Amino acid sequence: MGAVSITLLFILIVLGVPILIAIFMYNRLVTLRNRSDNAWHQIDVQLQKRADLVPNLVETVKGYAAHEKGVFEEVTKARSIYSQAGTVKEKAEATNMLTSTLKTLFAVVENYPELKANQNFLLLQEELSGIESKIAYARQFYNDIVMTFNNTQQVFPSSIIANTFGFKPREYFEIEETKREAPKVDFK
Amino acid sequence: MVYEEISANKRKSFLLLFLFVVFFLFVGWVFGQAYGAGGAGVLIALLLALFISLITFFWGDRMVLGISRARPVDRKQNPYLANVVEGLAIAAGVPPPKTYVIEDSAPNAFATGRNPQNSAVAVTTGLLDKLNRLELEGVIAHEMSHIRNYDIRYATFVVILVGTVALLSDWMRRSFFFRGRRGKKGGAGGGLIMLIALLLAILAPIVAQLIRLAISRQREYLADANGALLTRYPEGLASALDKISKDKEPLEAANKATANLYIINPLLEHKGKLNDLFSTHPPVEDRISRLRAM
Repeated sequence: MGAVSITLLFILIVLGVPILIAIFMYNRLVTLRNRSDNAWHQIDVQLQKRADLVPNLVETVKGYAAHEKGVFEEVTKARSIYSQAGTVKEKAEATNMLTSTLKTLFAVVENYPELKANQNFLLLQEELSGIESKIAYARQFYNDIVMTFNNTQQVFPSSIIANTFGFKPREYFEIEETKREAPKVDFK
Repeated sequence: MVYEEISANKRKSFLLLFLFVVFFLFVGWVFGQAYGAGGAGVLIALLLALFISLITFFWGDRMVLGISRARPVDRKQNPYLANVVEGLAIAAGVPPPKTYVIEDSAPNAFATGRNPQNSAVAVTTGLLDKLNRLELEGVIAHEMSHIRNYDIRYATFVVILVGTVALLSDWMRRSFFFRGRRGKKGGAGGGLIMLIALLLAILAPIVAQLIRLAISRQREYLADANGALLTRYPEGLASALDKISKDKEPLEAANKATANLYIINPLLEHKGKLNDLFSTHPPVEDRISRLRAM
């Protein structure tokens, strides 16, 4: 009787412990996947906000610099490419394009002192630099989570669970790193 | 590591509440004995202590903001502050705290609240005027790590509860002085009680000071480091700390109770060696050099 129950206990431990570990690992992978979804959503919200700001910005600049048609077309084109982008990689590419066209737009603005003093334009500019830093922070948050998620899928033994249940590594959100400097926004 | 910090802060917050209630019960008992009211003193003290604890838990942040004369600002009134705060909330993975502004030209900032879902950051107008965007981000990142670590709950409890104890003991010291002068009524037993009460009145502010000291020094370094991790740019906070500490204006709305909340001690009395010993904040030069070494 005693021997039987000891054997049963032994079998239970031998089977039970690995199953418990597997459950724990599976749950951790699911949590990380949900967290990276959530983090990606944060980036997406900010990217969308930026894209929504573009028509307004273009209109305001047009009021002062109507003949700079080429720049407006570039920006509008980049925006429409962005709105068609679906995957993380496509969105990153479209974002880079939109960023560089916006840079050209702001370079053009430098030639119009009156526009630079326009209250509405200044508000848009502040909004834009706010969104850009939020994109940078959201991207940092997302990439950190993706790194943990991908690492967990690759290291042994959680790699077994990841392969069995078809977990896929996530793409990092790679955009051109803008140099850290304080944007000059003067409301006076 | 952050999770350990969080549970340590939660534990300390409730230990503080517990000690506060015990202190009140003791004071109530002493008063009951001294005035011959018996158990009624303890009962009144218990009700009072529970009442104050509840208020501190749910309205402590609003009390602190009120004492500091901070007024709420939304993103329409100040899009710049709103953007910086929201950006760092995203980086820290917490909901954006409410934003407040204190009308004062001395640059400083603090955070309060009971958890990340119910939190607030307050900055002075001087801070907004004197810092550039990267420096402001550094300061807000420091406050954001206080919020995420639940430092805000503990610090807010300390302000209200220790403040109440200090007020009460001050009042007791005066009231016993009066009684002592008007002649003794009680016998030898009454005299002993009076002695305990007197001792208590002297000890209470010292205990209060010790509790306050126990909280800040290490957590300021930690919030600096975590803040730098959020912005990935330690120089922003380092340069902000440099500017704030070199500013010679005192912050009018700050007092001894709320001083430990601020990113840099707002009371410009931290010159002597003794003050350095009793200071709630580590020396600024040390904080700056640690940030620059990252």
